[in-house]
Amino acid sequence: MLVSERDNVVVQGLTGRQGSFWAERMAECGTRIVAGASPGKGGREVGGVPVYDSVAEAARQHRLDVSVLFVPPLAVRKAACDAISAGVRKIVLLTEHVPYQDVMHVLGEARDSDAQVLGPNTAGLVVPGVASVGIMPGFAGNIFRPGSIGVISRSGSLGTLVALNLVSAGYGQSAFIGIGGDPILGTTTLDAVRELDADERTEAVVLVGEIGGSMEEDAADYIATMRKPVVAFIAGRSAPPDRRMGHAGAIVSAGKGSGTSKVDALTSAGAAVVDLPSGIGDALKAAGVLPGVAV
Amino acid sequence: MNLLEHQGKQLLAQAGLPVPRGRVATTPEAAEQAAAVLGCRVALKAQVPAGKRGKAGGIVFADDPAQAREAAAGLLGSELGGNAVDAVLVEQSADIARELYASVLNDPATKGPLVLFCPSGGMDIEEIGARDPELIRRLAVDIRTGLTAASARALVEGLGLGERVEEQASAALLTMYRLYRTVEAELVEVNPLVVTSADDVVALDAKISLDPGALGRHAELVADLVPDQDATGTELERRGRDLGLQFLELDGEVGVLANGAGLTMTTLDAVTHYGGTPANFLEIGGDAYTKATPALRLVLDNPRVRSLVVNFCGAFARTDVMTEGVLTAIEELRPELPIFFSIHGTGEEKAIRLVRERLGVDPYDTMDDAVRAAIAAAAPAGKVAG
Repeated sequence: MLVSERDNVVVQGLTGRQGSFWAERMAECGTRIVAGASPGKGGREVGGVPVYDSVAEAARQHRLDVSVLFVPPLAVRKAACDAISAGVRKIVLLTEHVPYQDVMHVLGEARDSDAQVLGPNTAGLVVPGVASVGIMPGFAGNIFRPGSIGVISRSGSLGTLVALNLVSAGYGQSAFIGIGGDPILGTTTLDAVRELDADERTEAVVLVGEIGGSMEEDAADYIATMRKPVVAFIAGRSAPPDRRMGHAGAIVSAGKGSGTSKVDALTSAGAAVVDLPSGIGDALKAAGVLPGVAV
Repeated sequence: MNLLEHQGKQLLAQAGLPVPRGRVATTPEAAEQAAAVLGCRVALKAQVPAGKRGKAGGIVFADDPAQAREAAAGLLGSELGGNAVDAVLVEQSADIARELYASVLNDPATKGPLVLFCPSGGMDIEEIGARDPELIRRLAVDIRTGLTAASARALVEGLGLGERVEEQASAALLTMYRLYRTVEAELVEVNPLVVTSADDVVALDAKISLDPGALGRHAELVADLVPDQDATGTELERRGRDLGLQFLELDGEVGVLANGAGLTMTTLDAVTHYGGTPANFLEIGGDAYTKATPALRLVLDNPRVRSLVVNFCGAFARTDVMTEGVLTAIEELRPELPIFFSIHGTGEEKAIRLVRERLGVDPYDTMDDAVRAAIAAAAPAGKVAG
């Protein structure tokens, strides 16, 4: 999922502390926030943005393309379904600890309505110079700058480190897609790779994976068919097996989902796999992608 | 959250899937008594949240109550796969004609529930899959409509199980699916699902894993189950868990404090990459910065730790807020070991200023530099890290 300068964004949970704080940061990045939705808070305004009781109501007054949810875990299912049934086609689920079966329900509704879902447990989406939807520091010039590198990351903090390393190495980003740290995700690594492959502004893809699950392996067949260079970093390769480290997705069992299995799959697919994020710039140069930022 | 076998079986039995008669015992005397009540050959099964118990010696058979007492004495207090055995399930020994496999789980690929059935059970499903993938039948279910009786039946038909077994096996799948939904499990697995010589279908084992995110909706269930959980790990790890922190004790010398699971793993990778050895995994992002003092104490109480890397990258979590928490903890605990900072992202200017003002040290420009410095500081005098 990407976001363009024409996309209208509704913030669900805009009246909350996080919702209002991040709406302001997102607006700084150029994001067109046209409405908020918070049950029972309709009629208010937050930073000049009108708030409605539901997305359905907001949709009667505005064209809505993207919804970003700042709502608590157990309220996500209802809020996301509100946005989907109101016709919003891009849904960004930031919340961590959403019950998996609620996520599956939302993804079922999204599939039937041709809506795309990013997350849950994602830091969101940044198109530097255009928009930022979520909780990434899209406003920080030393971390995000318009450019030609498309970044995919499960983690917000590690994604920030990678984005920072790219800018330090002289590159900018065409997009940052935070896919989320949960095992069940609306947008998988493969979905995000396809999206960036089709994106005209993206010259090369930086894939930030993690041990656990098989999303990186599942993307390898497609990566093998790509013309655009792919540089990958897999976090957690030094982790002891069978220990859960933070993300629900990051558990290694019986060699499956291990760093080695992911590195092998990606290397065979023609991706350059680096040992640490600080090696990404050199790997891009070696792949013939020159540093530079877009104007 | 993984349930113990007897907890899983209790849920399955309540939902309507037959399980062998059995009792939980925490002393050899109780095991003897349980065997006497059952009045038959029994299996004693160590109740630990780990697989492959049979191979590890966690399942012992006994012909009479005296043998059961002796077997329980051997199992109780022993360690199995890193878990202390606090309880055994004393169970009627099954009369096994055939072993099947059945499970319902969350499937990342189809983004919904997946039902698996295999006419050849007993071993690891990964092993079955590796040996003969065609043998495993799979059905992706739309969670909004659920598993129908007809599709459950189709999963078990055409395998030569016979009408009576097919009927019970498909009923077992429906029961497992219903339980998966009602308790919001991540996994409900019965392996083996046994066919007895009388053609009765019985769950001989049960592996149920609950979705931690949904536990808030199952207060009654949790109240019943939690006391038996999570005696695993080292003393420091248990302390971390009590504090609600993700803490793993490792056997190296460089302590690590970072925010976010991905960044923390990457910091550990960097320590390893540059020739050092990490002493712990500890994530203090999000709300965890409010626990900075107990978190830092956990790291320092590890007797092997010789230096510390603090690596923050702020996206949602503000680095100035996290840094403030860590600095306060440092001022309170006054650790003697050297600390190396790398701070980037939301709030970094203020965070870097705070470190300079209050500790009189400069954060490093990159994670790599901070990690290399920490490794060098951890190396014993006279030995220089590469």
